[in-house]
Amino acid sequence: MSKRIDVDHLNVFYGDFLAVEDVSMTIEAKSVTALIGPSGCGKSTFLRTLNRMHEVIPGARVEGSVVVDGQNLYASEVDPVEVRRQVGMVFQRPNPFPTMSIAENVLAGVKLNNSRISKSDAEELVEGSLRGANLWNEVKDRLDRPGSSLSGGQQQRLCIARAIAVKPQVVLMDEPCSALDPISTLAIEDLIAELKNDYTIVIVTHNMQQAARVSDRTAFFNIAGTGKPGRLIEMDDTATMFSSPSEKATEDYISGRFG
Amino acid sequence: MTTPTPLARAATSAPLEPEPQTPSPLAPRGGRLPRYVPYAVGAASLVFAYLLLLVVASPGIPSVVASAAALYAVAITIVSRVVEGHRWAVDRLATTLVTFAFAVALIPLVSLLWTVGSKGAALFSAEFLTTDMVGVFGDMTSGGVAHAIVGTLAVTATAALISVPIGLLTAIYLVEYGRGRVAKGITFLVDVMTGIPSIVAGLFAFALFTLIMGPAYRSGFMGAVALAVLMTPVVIRSVEEMLRLVPNELREAAYALGVPKWLTIVKVVLRTAVAGIVTGIMLAVARVIGETAPLLITVGILTRSSWNVLEGRMATLPVFAYNQYQQGGVGVDRAWAAALTLILIVMILNLAARMISRVFAPKGAAH
Repeated sequence: MSKRIDVDHLNVFYGDFLAVEDVSMTIEAKSVTALIGPSGCGKSTFLRTLNRMHEVIPGARVEGSVVVDGQNLYASEVDPVEVRRQVGMVFQRPNPFPTMSIAENVLAGVKLNNSRISKSDAEELVEGSLRGANLWNEVKDRLDRPGSSLSGGQQQRLCIARAIAVKPQVVLMDEPCSALDPISTLAIEDLIAELKNDYTIVIVTHNMQQAARVSDRTAFFNIAGTGKPGRLIEMDDTATMFSSPSEKATEDYISGRFG
Repeated sequence: MTTPTPLARAATSAPLEPEPQTPSPLAPRGGRLPRYVPYAVGAASLVFAYLLLLVVASPGIPSVVASAAALYAVAITIVSRVVEGHRWAVDRLATTLVTFAFAVALIPLVSLLWTVGSKGAALFSAEFLTTDMVGVFGDMTSGGVAHAIVGTLAVTATAALISVPIGLLTAIYLVEYGRGRVAKGITFLVDVMTGIPSIVAGLFAFALFTLIMGPAYRSGFMGAVALAVLMTPVVIRSVEEMLRLVPNELREAAYALGVPKWLTIVKVVLRTAVAGIVTGIMLAVARVIGETAPLLITVGILTRSSWNVLEGRMATLPVFAYNQYQQGGVGVDRAWAAALTLILIVMILNLAARMISRVFAPKGAAH
């Protein structure tokens, strides 16, 4: 179910403004890749280009290519809606649909697409996805309650269950723990470690310890100054990145001597 | 409750208060006024205002209440300033002014409801609601508004049928798709349309149908077109506001699941905003249901019920009220009763809208 991603000379523009410049990287299948770097360095923007979510913002466009499973996502015949079915996304703030119950939230990817699903298949999908997100035991008795009745950490796991219910190949996570307490964060990190067995995961995080804990490979983005584009400085195995990075900027950032 | 300190200049004026305790930096002044003080000051203001007016003029209820209100505002501020200090005095004054402003705003509303209710009650009855004006002449007190209720509902429903889809789709375009000059132009035109006087809308519909159908044509549909011209901008504006309130995160969540944009709009954006949309549409209906001028020249008046909006005159409540009031005599009573009927219809529609909103509202964590 997982695929490797090859990014080649990617430039991201907002209108005329070059936000991310010349990123080339390979994201291995069935691994966790962490993107770290200071605020505004373009790591979230870059993440969004991996499932064409940046196109939601008017004027955003991309040069270069992102190849998933031999298919360039930016080829002219590719439908962005199909891309997002293959490459799911979890956002910074938990955003369950307020009009839907817990079960309906999990089924949102099916229901919102007007797809028909039998009752038993639906129940199976709900249970499987919630188990996959480590949430089943906590909510199995109240599946028809509103998704917003859960705590923040549970809501975020509900959003992960919703993302994996459409059976994507890649799951993108944009600072998934930044709005959560340490215990919920731990639950999500454990979950990421399990999801790695089935999915390719790319996670943006501001928490260096988190990057060190959950990821196999780490990419460091930096920005030369306000108004300058963000760049990929270095990418390596997480252990190497945190022990002996080859770039001075990476070492400064990781050890807290940034700037 | 209070802890008077040496700083409290008026500590001696509160014999009911406990003995001074250790001063705390958190309660540096002379403590708070007891709860009954505002009421006592209010009663004293009323008595004093009455006596004062007795001396200088003859006291009536409005003049006594108005001068008592002014007296109260001054008195409570001074008392509070002396006992509680500057900040609390300002707070009391602001509270007093805001409360009075609210009361003043309520006066016309209550007065209007009271006037319509009491004058309309003279003829208002089940019979009044269920009979029409066929065969009612001169000073006869029989007859009713059944035909006008039918007409008002038919014409307003037709107007809503025209303007709700247009308004809804325009609002969706403006919020979800519109960019640049086109959207700005539409927003500007909607703002201009909001200001169109109702008689202009009536004349527009009249001119339009005269060109197409000939000068003798009168119908409920013609009136509905006039009302739709007035209603559409209100629908656009309110739906637009509601759609903008839907968090972008929900749209992104749907996109990230591979849901196409149009399905996201239908199943997430509209679904989340439906409670507000229903309320907005009901406000737009309430805005046009009492319109008289455009209906007077397009729909006219009739003495019997007609459900046919496409052909012929119809009776409507506002025009019926206007017509009866002009005739004088018992017609004036009918006009008031018709006005009462109209207010009741608007009220029922609003209640229905609230119930619909409650059913569809997003369920919060409290449920």
